Amino acid sequence: MIAIEFLVNFTLLGFLLATALVISRTNRLFQSVMLFGIYSLLTAALFVVLDAVDVAFTEAAVGTCISTILMLSALSLTGSRREVAMHRKSPALALGVSIALGAALAVGIMDMPEFADPNAPANLHVAPYYLTESVSEIDIPNVVTSVLASYRGYDTLGEVVVIFTAGIGVIALLAGRTGKRDED
Amino acid sequence: MMLSAALIAILVGMALLLIRAFVGPTIYDRILAVNNFGTKTVLVLALYGFVTERPDFLDIAIVYALCNFIATMAILKYFEYGDLGHVGKQPEDEKL
Repeated sequence: MIAIEFLVNFTLLGFLLATALVISRTNRLFQSVMLFGIYSLLTAALFVVLDAVDVAFTEAAVGTCISTILMLSALSLTGSRREVAMHRKSPALALGVSIALGAALAVGIMDMPEFADPNAPANLHVAPYYLTESVSEIDIPNVVTSVLASYRGYDTLGEVVVIFTAGIGVIALLAGRTGKRDED
Repeated sequence: MMLSAALIAILVGMALLLIRAFVGPTIYDRILAVNNFGTKTVLVLALYGFVTERPDFLDIAIVYALCNFIATMAILKYFEYGDLGHVGKQPEDEKL
């Protein structure tokens, strides 16, 4: 069973790498949009394999659905089909920076605790307190809900304000457009 | 064991679809490859849930299928009309 998890992880990562390479090599914009859809499906599957189901959910909704539609809208508004070939200098500098950044990140990962280690600092700081005390303090049986709605209440309020503002912006844009059409 | 075999078979299918999406040659090959790839992702998630004995994520896999459907609709509309804001042909317009 460990072997099959290993296999799924590495196959999906290999697919992700192949897709990213093809996206970076193509100059046809529609093909890039299609491949970005595949890329985010693969990312979402990897997030589920890593037990981050909520992140995977967002990735699937935003990456596969919304951003594909957004890219297609941009393509249909600009009418361009191919990436404009720019006279670039040799890609050595960009490649060097990318490899240096990747190496720095790999070195950084070595300091991190093992995946799902119960003794990791993140699991020892306030998490045991929430798990043992939240039911008696907040009186909500679900710990995640009490963390989001009470312990991190101001944070959640800020997020709600951001989403509310975005909603007002979208409504203002769409309502303005239909009003203009009615006048015509 | 059967579930693992099915999972591996679907991963092989994903590889074949990726090749189709990479080499094309027509646009419709790519659209079909992406749409099918979404279905394969749903199947992988469902089977992976059962292989790891936690089939709780099955409903999330179904929502993936819905998202994928909306994206495919948008792509096809883009190709039919070249514009996502097109309202399509209304039956009333034909009468007038």
